[in-house]
Amino acid sequence: MGAFIELQNITKTFGSAMVVSNVSLELKQGEVFSLLGPSGSGKTTLLRLLAGFLTPDGGRILIDGQDVTAVPPNLRPVNTVFQNYALFPHLTVRENIGFGLSVAQRAPSEIVTEVDHMLDLTQLHDHATKKPSQISGGQRQRVAIARALINKPQLLLLDEPLAALDLKLRQRMLIELNKIHEEVGTTFLYVTHDQGEAMSLGDRVAVMNHGRFEQIGTPNEVYEHPQSRFVAEFVGDTNLIAATVIPVDDAGNHGLRTDQVGAVEYDLGQQRHPGDVLLTQKTRDIPTGATATLSVRPERIAIRRDPPPIAHEQNTIHGIVEDVVYLGSRTHYRVRVNDRLIEVWKQHRRFLPDYAPISWNEKVWLSWFSNDGYLIVEPTSPA
Amino acid sequence: MRKPRWSEALLSIPSFGWLVVFFAIPTVLVVALSFKPTDLTGSAGSGWTFDTWRSLANPVYPLIVWRTIWLSASCTVVCLLLSVPVAYWIARLDGKWRQRVLLLIILPFWTNFLIRIFAWRTLLHPDGYLKSICVALGWAEPNDQLLYNNGAILLVLVYTYLPFAILPLYAAAEKFDFSLLDAARDLGATKLRAFRSIFLPGIRTGLLTAFLIVFIPALGSYAIPSIVGGPSSEMIGNKIAQRATTDRNLPHAAALGTLLTITIFVPLGIVALLRRRDRLAAAARPSLPGTLIP
Repeated sequence: MGAFIELQNITKTFGSAMVVSNVSLELKQGEVFSLLGPSGSGKTTLLRLLAGFLTPDGGRILIDGQDVTAVPPNLRPVNTVFQNYALFPHLTVRENIGFGLSVAQRAPSEIVTEVDHMLDLTQLHDHATKKPSQISGGQRQRVAIARALINKPQLLLLDEPLAALDLKLRQRMLIELNKIHEEVGTTFLYVTHDQGEAMSLGDRVAVMNHGRFEQIGTPNEVYEHPQSRFVAEFVGDTNLIAATVIPVDDAGNHGLRTDQVGAVEYDLGQQRHPGDVLLTQKTRDIPTGATATLSVRPERIAIRRDPPPIAHEQNTIHGIVEDVVYLGSRTHYRVRVNDRLIEVWKQHRRFLPDYAPISWNEKVWLSWFSNDGYLIVEPTSPA
Repeated sequence: MRKPRWSEALLSIPSFGWLVVFFAIPTVLVVALSFKPTDLTGSAGSGWTFDTWRSLANPVYPLIVWRTIWLSASCTVVCLLLSVPVAYWIARLDGKWRQRVLLLIILPFWTNFLIRIFAWRTLLHPDGYLKSICVALGWAEPNDQLLYNNGAILLVLVYTYLPFAILPLYAAAEKFDFSLLDAARDLGATKLRAFRSIFLPGIRTGLLTAFLIVFIPALGSYAIPSIVGGPSSEMIGNKIAQRATTDRNLPHAAALGTLLTITIFVPLGIVALLRRRDRLAAAARPSLPGTLIP
């Protein structure tokens, strides 16, 4: 299916600040698209442009082929779940949900039927006659969703809808949102600064920074193949190592010369190569001599008290443990390597009674395989 | 709810005592006075009588009461109509400008109330600036009388009480969550519909307060009608003053005063009823399994 919602070269400035600059995006009908970015990245502005509260300085917005760029919010087939829910405090849950229909002057009996359907969908029947102040945060959230969906919008905008909820409730609501989406099939645009929410909900994710999209892709692509240092650092945690690409004696790998992590070793076949070169899998052609950044996720790095046995395509560095944070399911280590800290997560798979956990100030070896890292090449990548 | 402690009740004794001595007792005395016969000097004589109250049936009094009510009611309606948009506008201003505009609104209070009313007399005077401007613009004939009529009273009443309406409405609008208007627009409401269905109910308490704070003092107006009004536009306040001073008939003045007090119960009753309905509705809702939508 082709593009259902299209943003074409959207630009928006406030005063001298360009908040959204030349952004283009295509959404498929029925997809859940996550817009992920830090505060101030322009994602809320983009949302308000889509809802119709703002008009772009340049570019067009098309919904199902119709140009809606100049259509006011009340006439757009777009509804929003606001960050603070924005429920009408003087109306009951039922009246809140039915607001859109009563504004549209639908017959009262029709409104009752439709609202009942929404109450079923969001399991709010017991609270229909309560005011928003009499229900819990999660219930308010569901009212806001029901209220936005009852107009059968072609696009549902969700503006950080879970930000005000506590962690457990947030996880429950994510599952619930997924269920609701399966039921109604509306196209969702989910705006958040939380990468966990963006990834778990979205079919695709756009990472936004400084008014631009840094990367658009599936959650897996964005996590595994970040196109920029910003994406690598914002989506999940990572260790970035600046390096220069050099050739090695192996067709499947690039060599990376770096002085950032002290003495390093790489293994090819049964051969260990000490020096200042790391290996990374060759997923695309990168010219020799290019400056690049290696991103290695902390969960991909193995931590040991002793040097690891030689293994094909393995990189090894070593350092001193500086920080240990025990989290139950795993331990986060920060290891001082040369002049910097490398983040390493050790997953606790089995409970071993005699195992003495690695602790502060121990000397440790860190190793990962060449396909555990991803090489980021940016036009402006610092050397 | 927590039981109020005995010592906390002591705190209210000074204000309670003040109200008893200077409000409750005088009110009772005024009511009592209205049932006294008049002696030769116009003070209260001995014994009790309904004569004074019977004399209020004279058609001139219902007329004055009616005029007092409709002038005050018109003033209240005009003030609310004017101040709701102003309150909305001020609440939407950014902080710095908001302070300045609020200052402008309370600025007239820096001048004495009577001086401001006399200023209006100068403006509306047959030779006054306002009159000349109106004539020049063709809005008035040279012989039209702008002063000493109901119109002049209404104008000055509105002028006087407008800030008292703006301030409580602003206080309510300032607490209003304007993202609710976005939500209403998003759900298909026009700007007007959002204003009517969401903003006005949202500042409901402010509306009730403004209503009371304008209507009640307006009912008791004395200075404004006596300075810019004429003999055919008297309000209850003027009649009370006339009976108490020029005519020297204290029981009659007391009866009129009691009548004014009773009149004031009308707006108070309306508001009390509305508030009670709100409370009952809020209390009844959770227990109702109803499926009704108004």
